[in-house]
Amino acid sequence: MATSTLPRGWRAAGRYGLLTAVAVVVLFPIWVMVVGAFKPFGDVLQDPLLPTSVTLETLRTAWRDGNLGRALVNSTIVSLIVTMAQLVTSVLSAYAFAFLRFPGRTFAFGVFLATLLVPFEATVVVNRSTIQDLDWLNSFQGLAAPFLATAFGTFLLRQVFLQLPKDLREAARMDGLGHLGFMREVAVPLARPSLGALALFGFLSSWNQYLWPTVISTDDDWNTVQSGLRTLSQAQIDKPNLVIAGTVIVALPIFLVLLVFQRQLVRGLTAGAVKG
Amino acid sequence: MPIVADVQLRNLSKVFDGVTAVDDVSLDIGDHDFMILLGPSGCGKSTLLRMIAGLEDPTTGDVSIGGTRVNDVEPKQRDVAMVFQSYALYPHKTVQANIEFPLKVRGVAKPERAEQARSAAATLGLTEYLGRKPGQLSGGQRQRVALARAIVRRPAVFCMDEPLSNLDAKLRGETRAELVALHDRLDSTFVYVTHDQVEAMTMGSHVAVMSRGRIEQVGSPQEVYARPASVFVAQFIGTPPMNVLPPGTVEPTEWLVGVRPEHVVVDPDGDVDATVTLVEHLGHEALVHLLVGEAAVVSRVDAAASLPATGDAVRLAMPPAHRHRFDPSTTRRVDP
Amino acid sequence: MTTNRRRWRDLPLALAMLAPSLVVLVTFVLYPLGRAVWLGHQRCDPTGNRCSSNGWDQYVDVFRSREFQQAFGVTFRFALVTVPVGLALGVGLAVLADKQLRGIGFFRTVFSSTVATSVAVASLMWFFLLNPSVGVLADWIGGVAKNPGLLRDEDTALWAVAVSSVWANLGFTFIVVTAGLQSIPAELYESAYVDGASGWTRFTNVTVPMLGPTLLFVGVVLTSRAFQSYGEFDLLTGGGPNGSTTSLTYLVYGTNSVIKSNDGLQAAVAVLLFVVLLALSILQIRGVERRIHYGD
Repeated sequence: MATSTLPRGWRAAGRYGLLTAVAVVVLFPIWVMVVGAFKPFGDVLQDPLLPTSVTLETLRTAWRDGNLGRALVNSTIVSLIVTMAQLVTSVLSAYAFAFLRFPGRTFAFGVFLATLLVPFEATVVVNRSTIQDLDWLNSFQGLAAPFLATAFGTFLLRQVFLQLPKDLREAARMDGLGHLGFMREVAVPLARPSLGALALFGFLSSWNQYLWPTVISTDDDWNTVQSGLRTLSQAQIDKPNLVIAGTVIVALPIFLVLLVFQRQLVRGLTAGAVKG
Repeated sequence: MPIVADVQLRNLSKVFDGVTAVDDVSLDIGDHDFMILLGPSGCGKSTLLRMIAGLEDPTTGDVSIGGTRVNDVEPKQRDVAMVFQSYALYPHKTVQANIEFPLKVRGVAKPERAEQARSAAATLGLTEYLGRKPGQLSGGQRQRVALARAIVRRPAVFCMDEPLSNLDAKLRGETRAELVALHDRLDSTFVYVTHDQVEAMTMGSHVAVMSRGRIEQVGSPQEVYARPASVFVAQFIGTPPMNVLPPGTVEPTEWLVGVRPEHVVVDPDGDVDATVTLVEHLGHEALVHLLVGEAAVVSRVDAAASLPATGDAVRLAMPPAHRHRFDPSTTRRVDP
Repeated sequence: MTTNRRRWRDLPLALAMLAPSLVVLVTFVLYPLGRAVWLGHQRCDPTGNRCSSNGWDQYVDVFRSREFQQAFGVTFRFALVTVPVGLALGVGLAVLADKQLRGIGFFRTVFSSTVATSVAVASLMWFFLLNPSVGVLADWIGGVAKNPGLLRDEDTALWAVAVSSVWANLGFTFIVVTAGLQSIPAELYESAYVDGASGWTRFTNVTVPMLGPTLLFVGVVLTSRAFQSYGEFDLLTGGGPNGSTTSLTYLVYGTNSVIKSNDGLQAAVAVLLFVVLLALSILQIRGVERRIHYGD
């Protein structure tokens, strides 16, 4: 083999070199962004690659002008509502599909399946007027409503529930446990890793929603971080690194969350892809 | 408080999607019996047990426990506990919590149920494992936790579905003895499903042998062995199985004749001609495979005796007292 | 009858458990789709009120219109570049990092990191990088990049947006493909190794076929994302210059879109988007499924 003619140490060094080069390329935009965020307005035009001058002033201005504090609170509340609601609705419907026998089950399952095929972007026209009719524009419920249930979560948890040994449900029946008791005492605790993955996935997708909040939040006080960045970017065309400071503020919390919950993230993202 | 825990099954049938799993079974299980439901896989024994436990609804027929019809009674209210083949322990709960769980569901106060769980655990030698989770236990220990979870409720009837089949041979032997001792100590009636005739012979006070959804014979292990009611029972119990020879081979009657291998004796004065086809040495004994006419016959002999060689022509003696006669059309036993 | 009673016994509980999900999914997914299909043959006045039927052939008119055709072309080219390139880069990174080396965890975290950037964050980051007056990349590349800027030139704008999109999706592809690689049994590599297969042969004969289901999944997700991309276009180019980056979703929702306040036309395009995506997913799954090996 061609590769084995090189000494082991050289090959490892080569791989490290390649890894480092790629890492530099991937991180380059992030580096430029962080450097830009800490520079005063004028300096960014001269030397955008090196942190020659460091100030918190740009970040402070972005925070104030973009109303990002309010946006962070809004995003956090909406994402928490969505995450909690998705857990509850997915657990309930997944349990029904996995453990209950009832007429119309196949049909109901088909309805859930069908929703997976509808791109959210195709429904926004009508959903916007639904929210308007409910008088929910510029409100938490308006920002959260379409995402309170997901067929993805239902399928994920149904699969987990179906993999629980059948004997467990029967043992619980002998012990005197009804469906709700079994769900609370056995099924949900045993599905905890998947619930964690689903929670993180739900939180992340809600946090990253872009189109929906730009449609629902007509008042800047109801901006989420994503639509807040949009407002900031439109207002501050002439100060490019003010916008970039805003993106740093918005990206940082989610970056830390993902660093802590890496495992759940991988599980959530791969739920549909990798078997076993 | 003495509980009367006899179980009566009347004309019980269960049909799954047109397939009859249990076919018109009637059976009386007396109070404090150790009843074994024995049969090959697919004979309906587990379904029968699950109908007693309340996990399956009978298609027709009645289940009564302690004289009360329980067809429409949930498992919870039947005063029945069950031990599953897989043990079905709750993997996220400790041993203590697993054993306590049936009491917790029934609303027993915490100190009381902790005490009862400890005592059930002590009975089964589990005291030092109370804080562990099932994943940290060996197979035998898990099996005992499943038993403890069943006995902690002091049920009238104990249902067990092949509880020993996941254990290794040595542990299985020890646990058999423990289960018998447990049965002696408790007031409960045991209904025990197995396909293993050794478990049936060593543990049961009664054995019901099943085949194709029906009960072939009910009796004590000795009765079932000594006086099998059908060819099926005769050949299912005993290793190697009973030789069954066509009418006219051994005696001039119209019946099938069954003889257990230990009662087939190679004897120059015998009255049946045979040819040796194979000799198997098993250490303390040997099996001599023979051909009588068209029929294969096995003889079990002492390994110390002088053995014939393959190909030898020999004569066999089958003492009349040890012959079992069956009707060739019904395969039922003819002798009283 | 016992069996019949049991059949119906769970129904009330089942309805109660399914109701919360069903209410949400029907109100915000199925009803809007049905309603959009109906709205698609309506023509509305600029306030979005007083709609009236324009005939079902409005769908045909929309499909034939220059605006739709252009947006469809933009979206299609965008997907045609971002999906294969994103997939190839993601697989490349995952294979590169799929070695038990000291410190590999650090590199994996770096390669996964773009998953933490939302579309707004990633787009604004690239807006800054490509900005001709700040000039980080503009100075290096020169030419159009300096004046008027890659995002402001009709010929380069779409590809500049594509670069930003590929970068933003890289973390997702990397994570999923890495998980896929790790689920390939080591014995397969060992037996190929014993058979004397070289590194490249092992990659094409073991890795790629075993990765089939994962690649299919990532491909479908990336395609669906590409066809639904909105934020990138909204923030980086605003659909311009001259409509060269007006994607299907931007045509429906964009601030600068020509059908901005016409609910009927917006719905018609949205429905056509749904049809295109549906057809595409079916094609992809049909076409690829025949040639991939599932793990078990």
